[in-house]
Amino acid sequence: MHPVLSQILNEGPVVTDGAWGTQLQRAGLEPGDFPDAWNLDFPEKVRSVAKSYIDAGSQVILTNTFGGNRIRLAEVSLENRIQEINRQGALLSKSVVNAQAKVFGSIGPSGKMLCVGEVSAEELSETFLKQAMALAEGGADGLVIETMSDPEEARLATLAAKQTGLPVVACMVYDSGTGMDRTMMGATVEQATGVLLEAGADAIGANCGQGIEGFLPLCEKIKSACQLPIWIKANAGLPEWIQGEAVYRTTPEEFTAWVDPILNAGADFIGGCCGTSPEFIQHITATLNLRKSKHGNQD
Amino acid sequence: MPDSDLNLLQDVVIKGEDQQAKSITETALADGMEPLHIVNEFLIPAMDEVGARFERNEYFVPELLLSARAMKACMTLIRPLLAERGNEPVGRVVIGTVKGDLHDIGKNLVGAMLEGGGFEVYDLGVNVSPEKFIEKVRSTDAEIVGMSALLTTTMPSMKKTIQAFDEAGLRDSVKMMVGGAPVSQKFADEIGADGYGANAPLAVQLAKKLVSA
Repeated sequence: MHPVLSQILNEGPVVTDGAWGTQLQRAGLEPGDFPDAWNLDFPEKVRSVAKSYIDAGSQVILTNTFGGNRIRLAEVSLENRIQEINRQGALLSKSVVNAQAKVFGSIGPSGKMLCVGEVSAEELSETFLKQAMALAEGGADGLVIETMSDPEEARLATLAAKQTGLPVVACMVYDSGTGMDRTMMGATVEQATGVLLEAGADAIGANCGQGIEGFLPLCEKIKSACQLPIWIKANAGLPEWIQGEAVYRTTPEEFTAWVDPILNAGADFIGGCCGTSPEFIQHITATLNLRKSKHGNQD
Repeated sequence: MPDSDLNLLQDVVIKGEDQQAKSITETALADGMEPLHIVNEFLIPAMDEVGARFERNEYFVPELLLSARAMKACMTLIRPLLAERGNEPVGRVVIGTVKGDLHDIGKNLVGAMLEGGGFEVYDLGVNVSPEKFIEKVRSTDAEIVGMSALLTTTMPSMKKTIQAFDEAGLRDSVKMMVGGAPVSQKFADEIGADGYGANAPLAVQLAKKLVSA
């Protein structure tokens, strides 16, 4: 195991964070606005979101850099600020953590399809490397490649991220197939995990795409496919449209009921994705603390 | 060219082999095969099979894209000939990702499969305002508007677009369909859309239904 991960997981599974997009929206981000730009335009608000998760108990928080690759940035004419946006993102998250908590830099997909040549492997490798380096420069303790549908793109991102020397978590989004156990591109957990292992990922994960119930079988599948630490970050259900608004129906209590089973299935990092909030993290933290105290009493 | 050779065409479109699909089509046309015969007897059934495989979870996005690309390669040769003969497309569809949203994988997939299904597709790209949708419908006489969104926060733009068509007095002359990961039938019903396509193959089925309604 990567030494940084060993250290983090020293006392057992840890709590990561929850959704950033919706928290930024509560702070005024308009629908359709590019969240990562706030690292430059409203850094204090970004810092507040980071702090809200630390206060809720997160032991690993991410960064507001999910779209920080050149391809996504070019869509909003920010490609020449890739360095700044990512470095600032890491700095902002880092500025709210104490010695105990860690910052993992978020790297999301390009949004273009390799398989039909919308983007080249070279372009992807280059921009993922740039992004990873900038996050490392900003002080990130690790990197998490998130919400990937294409194992090949995830592979390129992992290879690039590994060049920083930081631990790299590689996560796919499984939201397709009858069993909701394949990526949009048709990759199974076994297929994707194999690719990511070969690319040198230090931890394997799944995030987004479906509600937390689906993450129990996903966790079990990842466990069967590798020996590395497992990262799980689930949505609070699927969004429902209620009175003109998208609502994620799973409550913090309902969500947290799944935490113990998922930890028992082998998850090492547990957190929330779309539809979650600091309240969710508070509940997860309480569950983990209870779990630790139970195990402590058994000694 | 006997139909048996054209069965191979159906096969290579299903398998996404665009170069082979193109060359078989070229040969068939050179041999005097009717373009419409090729489309109706071999290409459209091929795309129907692709859709069926997707529904059975045998095909995923990459396979759909490759088949659509093979289909497109054939249509590039066939469409001018159909136009010469005065053949109309199955329908005209204006598609776009709504205002505020830049995601386009789903939209591109639907566009490719609509073309494969014989539709004339006008793709407005991403971040498309209601005005742009209206303008394009006016200039193309399209029967269908297809709107895509990936973000829950941009879904309201779909409602705004439908309202804009209403205010422009155009609502009754087009069918408006919606799709995208967070979109649902319930949402489509609430905003007064004519239909919801859960995935690309279903979107094509829906478009066919709407255009003949």
